[in-house]
Amino acid sequence: MAKRIDVSELDIYYGRFKAVEGVALSVEPRSVTAFIGPSGCGKSTVLRSLNRMHEVIPGAYVEGKVLLDGEDIYGSDVDPVNVRRTIGMVFQRPNPFPTMSIYDNVVAGLRLEGGRRRKGELDAVVERSLRGANLWDEVKDRLHRPGSGLSGGQQQRLCIARAIAIEPQVLLMDEPCSALDPISTLAIEDLIEELKERFTIVIVTHNMQQAARVSDTTAFFNLSGIGKPGRLIEVAATETIFSNPAQQATEDYISGRFG
Amino acid sequence: MTEPTRQSGLTDHERTESQYLLHEVLAGGKLPRWAPAAAGVGALILAVLLNVVTFVDGVAGTLVVAALLFAAIQTTWSFAVEGRRHAVDRLATTAVYTTFLLALAPLLAVLLTVVLKGLKALDIGFLLTSMRGVSPRSEGGGVYHAIIGTLEQVGIAALIGIPLGVLTAIYLVEYAAQARSRRLARAVSFFVDVMTGVPSVVVGLFVYTAAVLALGMERSGFTAAIALAILMIPVVVRSTEEMLRIVPRELRESSFALGIPKWRTILKIVLPTALGGIVTGAMLAVARVAGETAPLLLTTFMTQSINWNPFSGPQAALPTFIWDQFNSGTQASQDRAWAGALVLITLVMLLYLTAKIVARYTGVKK
Repeated sequence: MAKRIDVSELDIYYGRFKAVEGVALSVEPRSVTAFIGPSGCGKSTVLRSLNRMHEVIPGAYVEGKVLLDGEDIYGSDVDPVNVRRTIGMVFQRPNPFPTMSIYDNVVAGLRLEGGRRRKGELDAVVERSLRGANLWDEVKDRLHRPGSGLSGGQQQRLCIARAIAIEPQVLLMDEPCSALDPISTLAIEDLIEELKERFTIVIVTHNMQQAARVSDTTAFFNLSGIGKPGRLIEVAATETIFSNPAQQATEDYISGRFG
Repeated sequence: MTEPTRQSGLTDHERTESQYLLHEVLAGGKLPRWAPAAAGVGALILAVLLNVVTFVDGVAGTLVVAALLFAAIQTTWSFAVEGRRHAVDRLATTAVYTTFLLALAPLLAVLLTVVLKGLKALDIGFLLTSMRGVSPRSEGGGVYHAIIGTLEQVGIAALIGIPLGVLTAIYLVEYAAQARSRRLARAVSFFVDVMTGVPSVVVGLFVYTAAVLALGMERSGFTAAIALAILMIPVVVRSTEEMLRIVPRELRESSFALGIPKWRTILKIVLPTALGGIVTGAMLAVARVAGETAPLLLTTFMTQSINWNPFSGPQAALPTFIWDQFNSGTQASQDRAWAGALVLITLVMLLYLTAKIVARYTGVKK
């Protein structure tokens, strides 16, 4: 069920400001691709443009092509809501819906996209998704308690369960561990390892060890200068990027000699 | 500087020299804990003495003088013992507490007066009879017809005003930002501000002119409800807007990222999260219009009898009942006016409490 993504000639704007320029890369199905780079280089912006979340911000738009298995998600007859059902997303800060229980959080996507579902079906989805997010054993006895009562790491896994409950083809993760402690981070990283069997994963991270640990492919983004758009400098197998990058800028960044 | 009070475990001869020097840096003078009480008692005694020997007169005057003296005594004392920063702190604390009490005083006075005077005529009979056939001079009669009128009029006003207000706020917060031009949003926002400032009597006149004169509607509880709804809308819009704005953007985004359409995101995620605040705002608006008198006088006729039908015929309401009874000028009718005021306040409180309880069980889970 995982699908590939091909990006070409992607320019991303916030109003008149061009934030990212000329991105071209491919994401293989059932692989983990990490986006790394300094703050403000546009890696999160690129990630958000992969499931049309970028345009949620007033004035923001995209030029170029993002193909999901050859289908342009920015095509004129494409519904962004359907794109987001196919390409899920996990955010930097864990944000379970505060008015809902753990159970309701997991099935929020199914329930709120419309259509009635039988309770047995929902129960099965909840268990499968929470197991998939390695959270089932911790919460199975309190499914109807508020999701906001969980620890930060558990909340983030709940958000992952919520995202995979709607069976997306691709999972985008925007710094999913940056608000978590090392143990929760490890739990999420193990989870990513398991999830890549079923999903195509793209992860933005500031932590280069994390990129090295979890990803198969790494893309390095950088700014060409203050007020100038960010660019994709280099994309290659993670091993290559970390041991023998083609660009001097990449080597400077990953060896800490940046800036 | 006086001798600092010793609160640490060490006494002077137990300290080494360097410890002693450090203690000199860290420790400061401190007034005993009973200092405010002592200053208060001293100030009160002085004020009473001044009351006896000088022009200061009456209880209120004595209390004002006592408060000023308290501030002066405590600040000077503190300045001498503790230094400038603590003295200023104590002065500011005194000012904060005093102004709080001053602000609270009128509220308590109003409540106390209404309860004391209102209880005189208030009993079960008062709640369950109308004023039909009761002369201003005689005792008895009641507020039943006015309770019915107020509940119906305010209820209809809430049914019209709250949805309009909440939907306007949703437009302003959730949709206007995405619109190509912000011109409509600015205009809406501007007119909401203008509406907030329009006096209620003007709204009453407007409804009278537009609904009664121009459209030929009968003056009734319903025309009154229209006026009340117009008065509610700006309050509901503003409070709802504030509440929607503090719902984190991440919540909306994570909902969109699950492929949940925007309208469902607003209905199922944003509104429930903000529900507690929205309900509070709406109830404040209800409370505000429940006591409005001027628009009712212009949009509905007063009556002493029960009228269940808000769409036809004159209908009483609690504010007009109070106004009418007070105008009659007899002791019996004035007692009824106070009792009516007590009923009105209690009614608003009950509505408010009910709404808060409902909001607690449906909003953000804690």
